Order: sequence, then C-alpha cells, then structure tokens
Amino acid sequence: MAGSIRGSGIAEAADTPLASPAPVCGRRWAVLRQAARTRLGPLGVVVMLLAIVVAALAPAISPYDPLKQDLGNALARPDRAHLMGTDNVGRDVLSRMIWGTRVSLMAGFGSVALAMIAGGVLGLLAGYTGGRMDGLVMRLMDAVLSFPPLVLALALGAVLGAGLGGVVVALGVVYTPTFARLMRAQVLTITAREYVEAARALGAPGWRIAWQHVLPNAAAPIVIQASLSVAFAILAEASLSFLGLGIQPPGASWGSMINAGRGYLQQAPWIVFWPGAALFVTVVGLNFMGDAVRDALDPRLRKTR
Amino acid sequence: MGRLVLRRLLATIPVLLLVTAGVFALIHLTPGDPVDVMMAESVDDSVKATLRRQLGLDQPIYVQYGAWMAKLLRGDLGRSIRNGEPVIENVGRRMRPSLQLAALAMAISLMVATPLGILSAARRNTSVDRFGTTFALFGICMPNFLLALLLIFCFGVKLRWLPISGYTDPLEEGLQGLRSLVLPALTLGLALAAVVTRTLRSSMLDALSEDYVRTARAKGLSESRVIRGHVLKNALIPVVTVLGLQLGTLIGGAVITEYVFALPGVGRLVVDAVFARDYPLVQGVVLLIAIGFILSNLAVDLLYGWIDPRIRYR
Repeated sequence: MAGSIRGSGIAEAADTPLASPAPVCGRRWAVLRQAARTRLGPLGVVVMLLAIVVAALAPAISPYDPLKQDLGNALARPDRAHLMGTDNVGRDVLSRMIWGTRVSLMAGFGSVALAMIAGGVLGLLAGYTGGRMDGLVMRLMDAVLSFPPLVLALALGAVLGAGLGGVVVALGVVYTPTFARLMRAQVLTITAREYVEAARALGAPGWRIAWQHVLPNAAAPIVIQASLSVAFAILAEASLSFLGLGIQPPGASWGSMINAGRGYLQQAPWIVFWPGAALFVTVVGLNFMGDAVRDALDPRLRKTR
Repeated sequence: MGRLVLRRLLATIPVLLLVTAGVFALIHLTPGDPVDVMMAESVDDSVKATLRRQLGLDQPIYVQYGAWMAKLLRGDLGRSIRNGEPVIENVGRRMRPSLQLAALAMAISLMVATPLGILSAARRNTSVDRFGTTFALFGICMPNFLLALLLIFCFGVKLRWLPISGYTDPLEEGLQGLRSLVLPALTLGLALAAVVTRTLRSSMLDALSEDYVRTARAKGLSESRVIRGHVLKNALIPVVTVLGLQLGTLIGGAVITEYVFALPGVGRLVVDAVFARDYPLVQGVVLLIAIGFILSNLAVDLLYGWIDPRIRYR
C-alpha cells in the first residue's frame, strides 16, 4: 500500500489491472451508457460541458471586458447591470469569472495531459525495458513524490516564472509519477499475458507490441486516473493563483480573484463568493464524472455502497 | 521489525540523493541568469558579480554540486540572500507555529472523523450516513483557502468570536494563543477530517462484512461491543495508511493556511522566499520539507508494520 499513489484511495484501487482487457473501441458505447447510468455521473458531465462551453465562448458571452476598470463603480452590489457585482477596481465579476473558467480548464487539462504523456512514456519505458532503466526511472519518480505536491509546484513555479505556462509545467511534473507508476504496473501485467507472448513468438518487433497490444490495454486505468486528476489539478492551479503564481494581474483566474477579494469580505463578499462557487461546483462535478468513468471502465470497482 | 527498519532506511538513501540533486538543480532551471532574476535590474553589476561568486555560480556545475553537497553534509544549508541568516535558523524560528498548527489540526480531524466515520458505517443509509458522506465530499472538493475565507467570514467578520490573522504562542499566552490558532487549525483539520471520515467509513463497512463479525454477532455480543472489539481495530489500518498518504496534502494545506492567516510558520516562509526570489532560502526550506516528508512517510510505513504484523513478514 505504501507504494501506491499518494492521496487517493481511488487511485490505489485503479492500480489493480483490469481482469480481462477487451478491445477498447468496441466497448466505447457500452462505457458511455454505463457512465450515464451512474446516479451522479450525468450531473458531473453537465457541469463539465457547461464549463467547456463557457470557456470556449468567453469572448462572446462575457458582458464586459474582464480587464476594464471603472473606479467610480467599485465594489458595486450585484444588480441588473452587473449580475455578480463589481470588484475593488470596478471590474465586472461575472466577466472575470467567465474568463477565469478558461484559465482553470486550460491549467487542469493541460497539466494532466502533460503528466499523462510524460508519465505514460516513462512508465512504458521503465516497464518494457526493465533492468537499470526501470530502476532509474522509478527512483526518479520516487524522488518527485518525495516532495509535498504543492510545495514542489510552488518551487517549480517560482523558478519557471509566474504565468499559466509555468503553472501547467509545474503541475505536470507533480502529477507525472502517478501516471508513470500506473503505466509501469500495467505494462508489467500486460507483457506477461499470453497474447503478448504469442505476438512475440510471431516475431512482432518490440515497438509494435508496445503500440498495438500494451498501450490500448493499459489505457483504461490511465483514463480513470486522468479523469480524477483533472479536478485536483484545477484545485492546485487555483491554490497557486491564490498565492500569486499563475496568471498575473490584471488577468483573471478564479484563485487570483479570490485572493484579491479577501480583503473586502465584509463590504463585498460577492468578489470571493462567485469564483469560489464556480471552483467548488467544477471540482465536485469533475469528481462525479471521474467516479462515473471509473465505475464504467472497471466494473470490479463499481461502488455498491 | 529491525530488518524492516533497516530495509526502509536503506531504500531511502538513493531517493534522498536524487532529492538533493533535484533541489540543487532548482536554481539552474531559472530561465536566464538566476542572479539577474534574484536582484533588481538597477543593482550594480559588481554587486551581482559578488553574489554570483558567493553562490558559486561562476564555477562549473559539477564543482557547484560537490561544494553544495559538502556543505549540506556538514549541516550548512546556505544563507538567505535577503536577511543573510543561515537557512537553518530561519526555519528553526518558524517551526513552532507550524508544529502547533499541525498538532491541533490533526486533533480536530480525529475528533470529527472518528465518530462520524464510525456512525456513518454503523448506521449505513440513514441520515447520519448521508451527512457523513456529504461532509466528506464537501471537505475533499473544498479548497483550503476557500474554507479559510468562509471561516474568517463567519467567525471573524460576522460573529467576531475569533481573531482572523496573526499568531500568539499558546505556550506563552495560553488561551489567547489557542484562540489565534483555532481558525487555521479548523481549516486544515476539517479538510483532513473529510478524507479520514471517508476512509474510516469504507474500511468499517469492509470489516463489518467479515465472517468474524458474523461470528461475534452470532455469539450474542452487543452491536457496540462488536464494533469496539472487532470492527474498529481492523478498520483503523487503512486509516493510518491514508493519514500517511495525506501528509503531503497536509503540508500543502499548511502553506496555504499559514499564508491566509498570516501565521509565521514554515509554510509562510516558503511563500515569502518564493516571492522574494530568495533562491538559496527556497532551496534550503524545500529540501528540509522534503526530508521531513520522507522521514514522516518512513515513520508511517514502520507504524503500519507495527500495527499489522502481516506487513512485517512480506
């Protein structure tokens, strides 16, 4: 247990390989149907789709320029003109929240995609080649895991420079070992299977076995882990932005909006409330979706409680 | 048990070496010249050259690493470039509030999670269970800083019961000090309680479905004795693991919490060092935190082996 993925009991369960890897493409619709049947899964999907639509259409749907200051109208209560009120320099909270959705999703999906690719390649390399390479890669991953995630992201963000790019890379590095370990475990189980042995006996080259037999069958747990990690990556980005790394002022992100509003909790709680609610709802939705994806992809882990 | 300790200790050495290499590399990841990043543009070139020499940045990288490691082994973690004090002293001064915060948060989390987790599992599918699971979900999805602001808003701004920032040492000022730590400890403790509640509930449910529980019930034990004598002990093993796994999250949470409540702890020191671009201090503190984290994980591993004898012989 001590060697499993940190911080997520769910991910630990995902460490166990699937009992019988079926062809991935043929199962896709069955998986989606299964995901829709879980009680809270559809709610998660709705939240997620809403967030994606809002992020994509930000320039079209935001009522005001998110950066435009109106000092005469600072800390205005929510009304018809400003549905969610204005902040301390008179910027429209709703518009900033809409643009902040972009930052959150880009950071969440970007860093997890980065971690998935880097971790996937490293795990494949470690598991497939074995020996010294395996030892080296996995000790390296252990070393990354030896840092508390937020502290590592903070230190990396500091040296890489503030901004969305720095945060995405920093969080990508933080999440890489999770995927590398998972991929390695998958590769080790899959390469011991008869069909891989058969492919080898037929003379298939190593890269082809990895590409055609190992990767598709290792995909399910990786997808499960990715869907669960996005929520945590969004939370982490918000935390870093809250601390002042990430998108720099006057740019809008949920974390930085909350930090800017915390000095006005008494006069204008809405500056903190709305981005806070957006962050919370998105993370809850992503968790529901992640759970549904996990239940659908791995029936053995389906919650009966 | 002795062999387990030795094996774990030996396994820590290569990881520690890689961690030091990683922390050393940190300063070299900076795009451009780290000295230019650390100091304002207006600073005189000769001052920058002196700092570069002090930090050894004018040497080849392997010489720098060797010198840095040699100093490290003598317990010298370098000096802050802002206040010139050794990193160890900077950290030492900040340890007390952080440890007090962690201890109080841990106590709160166990006080909340233990009854809630047990009741949720024992009264499964009742309103108590629904409250427990909803609390766990909220706690896991709620970012620390948001919970902190919510608590500040309720207990500091509206009700005015508790101070919203600053620190008074409870060992010197007693009650006043405790009051200054209540909100930060609640922030950190409730988040941890959520995870512990969820784990305890789920491991209690697992234990409740075991054959030995059926046997215990069959021989006529009361439900509370079944839970106390048979279920709880076995259900606690995964909780210890999760507490260990949560250490990283706890430290990260402490960074945010100390920042929000202006507590002068180690977490706050990291944030301040990052924003002051005091790289030697960042390196030193991050290294110390990582070592602390590795050692606590080691302790949890050993504790786990002590609680569950099956682990020892694996």
